Amino acid sequence: MTALVVAGAIMALLGLSLSSMLALANKKLYIAEDPRIEAAENMLPHANCGACGFPGCRAFAEALVTGVVTPGRCSASSIETVKSLAAMLGVEADVRAKRVARLACAGSRHVARRRALYRGLQSCRAASLVGGGGKGCAWGCLGLGDCAASCPFGAITLNKHHLPVVDEYKCTACGECVVACPKKLFSLHEADHRLWVACKNQQVGKVAEAECEVACTGCGRCARDAVEGLISIVDGLATIDYSKNDLASLDAIQRCPTGAIVWMDPEKGPIKGQKAKQVVRVELAGVS
Amino acid sequence: MIQRRVKTFGRGVHPPEHKDATKDLAVKRLGFAPELVVPLLQHLGAPARPIVRKGQEVVRGEPIAAPGGFVSVPMHAPATGVVARIDKAVTATGHMAPAIIIKPYPGSTQQILYTGEADIDAMTPEQIVAAVQDTGMVGLGGAAFPTHVKMAVPQGKTVDTVIANGCECEPYLTTDHRLMLEQHENLFRGIAIALKATGAREAIIGIEDNKPDVIDALRAKLNGNAPIRVEPVKTKYPQGAEKMLIKALLRREVPSGGLPVDVHVGVFNVATLAQLAELMPRRRGLIERIVTITGPGVQKPGNYLVPLGTPLRYIFDQVGLNRDARQIILGGPMMGLSVASLDVPVTKGVSGIIVLTEEETAARPNKIYPCIKCGQCVEACPVSLNPSLMGDMARRREYKRMEDQYHLNDCFECACCTYVCPSNIPLVQYFRVAKALNREKKAPANG
Repeated sequence: MTALVVAGAIMALLGLSLSSMLALANKKLYIAEDPRIEAAENMLPHANCGACGFPGCRAFAEALVTGVVTPGRCSASSIETVKSLAAMLGVEADVRAKRVARLACAGSRHVARRRALYRGLQSCRAASLVGGGGKGCAWGCLGLGDCAASCPFGAITLNKHHLPVVDEYKCTACGECVVACPKKLFSLHEADHRLWVACKNQQVGKVAEAECEVACTGCGRCARDAVEGLISIVDGLATIDYSKNDLASLDAIQRCPTGAIVWMDPEKGPIKGQKAKQVVRVELAGVS
Repeated sequence: MIQRRVKTFGRGVHPPEHKDATKDLAVKRLGFAPELVVPLLQHLGAPARPIVRKGQEVVRGEPIAAPGGFVSVPMHAPATGVVARIDKAVTATGHMAPAIIIKPYPGSTQQILYTGEADIDAMTPEQIVAAVQDTGMVGLGGAAFPTHVKMAVPQGKTVDTVIANGCECEPYLTTDHRLMLEQHENLFRGIAIALKATGAREAIIGIEDNKPDVIDALRAKLNGNAPIRVEPVKTKYPQGAEKMLIKALLRREVPSGGLPVDVHVGVFNVATLAQLAELMPRRRGLIERIVTITGPGVQKPGNYLVPLGTPLRYIFDQVGLNRDARQIILGGPMMGLSVASLDVPVTKGVSGIIVLTEEETAARPNKIYPCIKCGQCVEACPVSLNPSLMGDMARRREYKRMEDQYHLNDCFECACCTYVCPSNIPLVQYFRVAKALNREKKAPANG
């Protein structure tokens, strides 16, 4: 019985002395931290995507509080979040136009020709190292989804024809897909860039169209129909000068024979012109 | 006399050789295709710069592109004809790359009209290096590295031995086998050029012991009095990789990230040397090469002398393709490149064209099983890496770690690990992806 009491007393004493030491240490060794860092970090999306150029949201929050950057640099946050961050920190929001990743290819498996069948590691990067991946168009999307796998926000999905589709609402323009794609088909654009050429094939005319039903043939109709200087043909491709984006209109896409140039409608998605042909080719089963 | 053990290196594999179909067939000439496609980048280094324009007439052997730097070589017209266009053309990598397209005149002659004279004996080593660059010569074994760069010994380094690489360790290929039998004099003269350029005193011709006819023939011709000796090495893949061959013949190990010159050796493919001896005294350029065209999908397998730039389509019109042909590989089956188009031209580095049928391609299933840690890949890797562990890391995308801690860059993609893997894991493909991504991250970002 005594042993029980003694042991209990020793434990209680030990606990008391150690906890008082901790309490003391907490007082003496306390590091004052700006509480706004914590608050700012909690408002950030916790994606740690690195699009801001800082190693994670915590580092970005610290930079925010010290005034090195403005809240607008976080492309993953919504405009409301950026504004409330700015309000809390008492700085200018510096809201930037929403940017999204866009894919410069529409050559999904039912419209683009496959010259050879690739068997091997199911990754675009690996396939592109084996004879370019087997697609007839040397520039086109291989459809094995390296971009979807790389997207930290789940904004890219492959449709049933193995073409990546970007969910512009989820996309934060972090740029992971730009790096992941071995064909360099992704680029970051402001969401209000409505005119879009979904092709990178530098071949022209029938040669380009033989490989892909929706290839840009470099015919130049869009360049003639648009405001002068907005669209030009460079390397067999319609190329849009986005510094003149305010002049863009639906007129440019209407006569495109293949539907390679589209209008990215915020509600309806990509819209093709009236003269764009219906896609007819079915997927090839074997080597052609 | 006690039979000495044949020299070799540690580890490696021995795949079926498949050389019987073509090893006894003498080299035959192939005609000119209706269009020859000469890509400006057929070698490692900077692309060549075209010096002809569309519509210009060229004669066989005339330079049509100038080197784009020191690590670059010129291109020469493979046939007499007219430059149809300078345009993007499909290459073995699948990318479209600039090329000079030449339309040979109908019935144009095989005779090389663009020719001169040079006295190699009177040349200094520097002049030899320059003359080698003028021939447009690259390593004909497959890597296509400009030969003159290898012959130019850097300041402060010395070379004491030249190795003529006649191993031909890849299955199916027999070009070097035929060349050593048919052009031994060119080979010996080529070795003399390499000796003079590098300042080495001794030369060894390394030949795998599955070619006893070549070893005997060369030994008989040499008669033991030249500074050249023939040395058999064990038939094992990748015996023809230069670092493996140096290890086997001289027991020297090229340091990680180093070059053969760091251990005082220069390694050249036998075909490269023989071609040099053929071209240099006449100031000619490399316009054709021997290619083994074989495999179960080919009707008339053989060793053919093919004009550079000949599209595969024309070659198969000549040698015939079986109906069940499924896969076309440029180079050997272990390290070669599968091509996706018949418009791909033969370039300087193409040593073989192998056509496999459904039977061979189906032998390797598509399904990848998990690694069972059997260690066979570790036992096969000739550079003592741990492919199993690195494969795991590649799956988790830890590419940087593979390079920093596990010597990814020492892997020369011989594919031994992938060949032995019972789980069918595409290890070498993982490593190629990892290397490509690491390279991209290091390069300054541009478009």
